[in-house]
Amino acid sequence: MQSRLDLLRSKALRYGITLLVFAAAPYFLSSYDVSLLGRFLAMSILALGLSLVWGWGGILSLGQGVFFGLGGYAIAMHLKLAALAPGDLPDFMVWTGMDHLPGWWSVFHNTKFALVAAIAAPSLAAAGLAWLVFHRRVGGVYFALITQALALAFGTLLISQQSYTGGFNGLTDFGALFGFPLADPRTERLLYWLTLALLALVFAALQWVLSTDFGKILMAIRDGENRMRFLGYNPAPYKVVAFAIGGACAGVAGALFTLHVGVISPAMVGVVPSIEMVIWVAVGGRSSLLGAIIGTLLVNFGKDRISSALPELWLFVMGLLFVVVVMILPRGLSGIGEHWQRLHGWRFLAKFRKPSDPKQGGRTCVGCTWPYGRRS
Amino acid sequence: MGEGGVIAGQIFNGISVASILLLAALGLALSFGVMNVINMAHGEMLMLGGYLSYLACRVLPGPGGFLVALAVAFGGTFLFGVLLEVIVIRRLYGRPLDTLLATWGISLILQQGARSLFGPIGVEVVAPHWLNGSVSMHGTLAGLDLPYVRLFIIVLAIAVLGLVALFIAKTAWGLRLRAVHQDREMAEALGVNTRTVDLVVFALGAGVAGLAGSVLALISPVTPTVGQSYIVYAFLVVIVGGLGSLVGTALAALLVGLFSSSLQIFTSVSLADVLLLVLVILFIQFRPKGIVVRRSRAIEA
Repeated sequence: MQSRLDLLRSKALRYGITLLVFAAAPYFLSSYDVSLLGRFLAMSILALGLSLVWGWGGILSLGQGVFFGLGGYAIAMHLKLAALAPGDLPDFMVWTGMDHLPGWWSVFHNTKFALVAAIAAPSLAAAGLAWLVFHRRVGGVYFALITQALALAFGTLLISQQSYTGGFNGLTDFGALFGFPLADPRTERLLYWLTLALLALVFAALQWVLSTDFGKILMAIRDGENRMRFLGYNPAPYKVVAFAIGGACAGVAGALFTLHVGVISPAMVGVVPSIEMVIWVAVGGRSSLLGAIIGTLLVNFGKDRISSALPELWLFVMGLLFVVVVMILPRGLSGIGEHWQRLHGWRFLAKFRKPSDPKQGGRTCVGCTWPYGRRS
Repeated sequence: MGEGGVIAGQIFNGISVASILLLAALGLALSFGVMNVINMAHGEMLMLGGYLSYLACRVLPGPGGFLVALAVAFGGTFLFGVLLEVIVIRRLYGRPLDTLLATWGISLILQQGARSLFGPIGVEVVAPHWLNGSVSMHGTLAGLDLPYVRLFIIVLAIAVLGLVALFIAKTAWGLRLRAVHQDREMAEALGVNTRTVDLVVFALGAGVAGLAGSVLALISPVTPTVGQSYIVYAFLVVIVGGLGSLVGTALAALLVGLFSSSLQIFTSVSLADVLLLVLVILFIQFRPKGIVVRRSRAIEA
């Protein structure tokens, strides 16, 4: 018990210091980098959800962009309406010849409704889809392909329904949220801290979820779905709940991303961006929450730097990342980190921690055998 | 053109879309059924086939050039399939989701490679003169034209389906393939070289996709992303068709092709996409294992 407490303390200490460093970022990074960091931290929330779904639940989703988009569009619809004088129509509706606001648009006048919708819509959509697929015991590769088809359908639907969704250009030109003008540097800073706080909150919440019985059952389902059936568990509801949590995370990320960037468009929700989200998590290590955040930051900063210098190169790099991570580093950077930690230990942190008990080593070893341990 | 003509025209279009889908999905279904591998770079085999036949037609512009182009497209993508299987797929055996991601990476590299080599704008393969023209209908279907090119695609798809079926039913390799499909461990124990069977299946699937790309080049320009626009539908065909069954795949391709082209009569192309997905999700509510179910007492892993 004592050593466990110490471990917790040192972990909490490390997380606390990291959080402080990130919170202070606006004071030592350029404003360009801070705005990038803000949107990447928002995207990390999606990555956390994807890590739960894929790394811990074994459900590969190639359609996470859809839930990201639902959250983003929900908040964007509100911002669009908030920027208008009463009775006016959004510009793209005027261009496409609409003469009145559709009912399902006007409810987004209400700020609370929009905020709730940004989380509820994606999680309900995720839960519904997951239930339809998983309760018929369809899973694995099939589910990945269906989510990809969903991303394709959602993207084309958004582009084609121009008078309702702004079409290819999406929704942009926002004014203010809660009376804070979005273009103001002070608002940007507040938004950055809000994003960081939400990221920390989601991180802690998912850590807790994984430590509960639900988390253990989810992992057991990942490693042997039929075995869990024989033990009397129905895997479907667990997978549905996990996928809904992943959807909610994606929705929050989409909403924050829209606030940071000031635009949401079909280009951010389709097939290609959706699968790009998987590589964020894969690079960090699919079953490491911390890895998901690190992977998201690394891949996106890398993308920003590479595609501004050599635009052609980025797709080659991303393609190679997929191949290399999957073939050589299936556990991503967190896999390297854990190996290094077990070989060398955190010597410089040794004074914060008592020697770890053998059970600790056992836990990482179980992780190491996955996914090599399974042969199907 | 009368009401009947429009509907018959859409049905004809549906069948010709279905033939390309069938060619594209055949390899996917085979490698998924036999190896439990989903190849996300399969769409790029179409693209590769298209570019190869473009190059072949540039070198041999004569009337027989396109037939050579078909052979080049098949052979080239077959060889590429061999490479891909040996370098990547075989090392990821038993990890279907990881295979999916690695092959997606390869598809990105191939797409960008094609963009760097041929440019983002499509290249055209001009149909040989013996494919110009069309069959005109009379009577109740007056005004309906069936272009030779589309008829050729339908005939080719049926011929390829027949040849693959013959290959599986009559040849020694087909026998091994069926054995591995039914029970991999048992086949291995009885001396079948499963690795070679996997290689043959995968390369054959890639070759057929190359053929699909080659005929696709006749009706639309070859672009670096041409594979992407067909591959998602090909995946839906595999889901509806069932694990690695030729009959199931053919029926599913027909279903998906006809559905999407007839939905387009009533709604827009994009809504047809959404409805198609809804239909597929509804379909798996009733037949989660696809049209043709592989009967087995084993528990699927």
